[in-house]
Amino acid sequence: MLAVQIKPEEEILPLISEKGLFIFECLGCREVYYPTEIAAKFINNLKAEIVGRVSLDYLCNREFVSEYIKAYANKIKKAQVILVSSCGVGVQVVSSLLENKIVYTCCDTLYLNGFQGLIAQEFNCDQCGECYMNYSGGLCPIALCAKQLLNGPCGGSQGGKCEVDPDVSCVWQQIVDRLGKLGRLDILERLGPPKNWTVSPPS
Amino acid sequence: MKTKSNLERVLAAGQFAVTSELGPPQSADPEVIRRKAKILKGHVDAFNVTDGQTAVVRMASWAACLIAREEGLEDPIVQMTCRDRNRIALQMDILGIAALGINNMLCLTGDHQKFGNHPTAKGVYDLDSIQLVKMVKDMRDEKKFQCGEEMAVEPRLFIGAAENPFADPFEFRVPRLAKKVAAGADFIQTQIIYNVDKFTEWMKMVRDKGLHEKVKILAGVAPIKSVGAAKYMKTRVPGMDVPDSIITRLQGVPKEQVSKEGIKLCIDIINQVREIEGVAGIHLMAIEWEEAVPEIVEAAGLLPRPKFVP
Repeated sequence: MLAVQIKPEEEILPLISEKGLFIFECLGCREVYYPTEIAAKFINNLKAEIVGRVSLDYLCNREFVSEYIKAYANKIKKAQVILVSSCGVGVQVVSSLLENKIVYTCCDTLYLNGFQGLIAQEFNCDQCGECYMNYSGGLCPIALCAKQLLNGPCGGSQGGKCEVDPDVSCVWQQIVDRLGKLGRLDILERLGPPKNWTVSPPS
Repeated sequence: MKTKSNLERVLAAGQFAVTSELGPPQSADPEVIRRKAKILKGHVDAFNVTDGQTAVVRMASWAACLIAREEGLEDPIVQMTCRDRNRIALQMDILGIAALGINNMLCLTGDHQKFGNHPTAKGVYDLDSIQLVKMVKDMRDEKKFQCGEEMAVEPRLFIGAAENPFADPFEFRVPRLAKKVAAGADFIQTQIIYNVDKFTEWMKMVRDKGLHEKVKILAGVAPIKSVGAAKYMKTRVPGMDVPDSIITRLQGVPKEQVSKEGIKLCIDIINQVREIEGVAGIHLMAIEWEEAVPEIVEAAGLLPRPKFVP
């Protein structure tokens, strides 16, 4: 099981103020607790201009989400920012399908004991409780960096590969590539502070 | 001056600084350190002792620093990695080294445990190198622990960080350096330079951002002992850039002359990087070859070293 909770407003509002927003909301799957009412209240209270909003189940299903993106293409085109309200997997699916948009999440994903559900294997969410992807282009350095660097890449990234395993892509190279394409490398200038690991699943 | 560091004084005086690495032993033998300290004495402004380099167990950096100091070698730079310590252990060690009179610390994330002799160890990585720089800076300048609590006596450390101009993505190396500077780094020691053209390009990007005026950059250099060592670094060491021309040059001399040529090559590189605007000194990493340091420093015209009484 996993649980999703809405991030504190002070973390989200500076990212999205006034901008045209398109919102993906995942109402969840049987394995995820999603705070439907709190999320609805949070979204309805946003002062930003909302150009579109879609609520669906299984935002982790790539093919399914691709169809939604086609159906809402015009509205998504108008959006400055995509806001995803879902577990960490949903955020990664949307950001990978909309590489020309900046994708933020308003949620943290927490680990709960039990069946982890049918989440897509190619995406990685460690359910660490303090989602970092708003500062890393919708890719997760907690799950995908061998040293879990929040201010990467380290000095061992070469040719897009991780020094620890040449079969593994360097996620920080991917983060720099994605934000570079968006012209938003400024996001990486932020000094990522020490992480609160207490909400992480036991390792 | 922020600290009692000799290195800080040399750099503040605008002198071209010389630091060197001193590799600690894979044993409890202090004599190895004493021997190496005697070699380096009088040839460097400060010396680094590595902290479990390549994730191989070796004597603790701070302990080896103190032993070297007993031989009259100044000014120790403790290397500290995030690989083996969480924020609690890091801060305890920081207080300890400062209380022992050590003035410099190099903040590193650390080589991954997979590369060392205990590959099944649990890596810590509670902080990364940039967060470590910021933590030391806040301890020194704000007298604050990472948790925000205040301390009575702060650790007065001259803060170093590393940067690798040859790693990817190249276009993000200087922005990442800027983060280390923003976090509070006073000096930078770079990865070993063999590709001077690429380093020159990187330094231009550093100057374009004005970073050379905010942080002292020491160019990493190292002599190569054999053609095999050069090939090994080229193909097997992550983040190293050894151009073919280097290997060709070493292959061009008789086998018994290769180590001599390696020293000459190192001196040539020192002379080249010295000409680059914004390079404040060199960091010599003669790995298990500290004997080469005096010859290199002398031949590069970097003697005598300036003397400062803190």
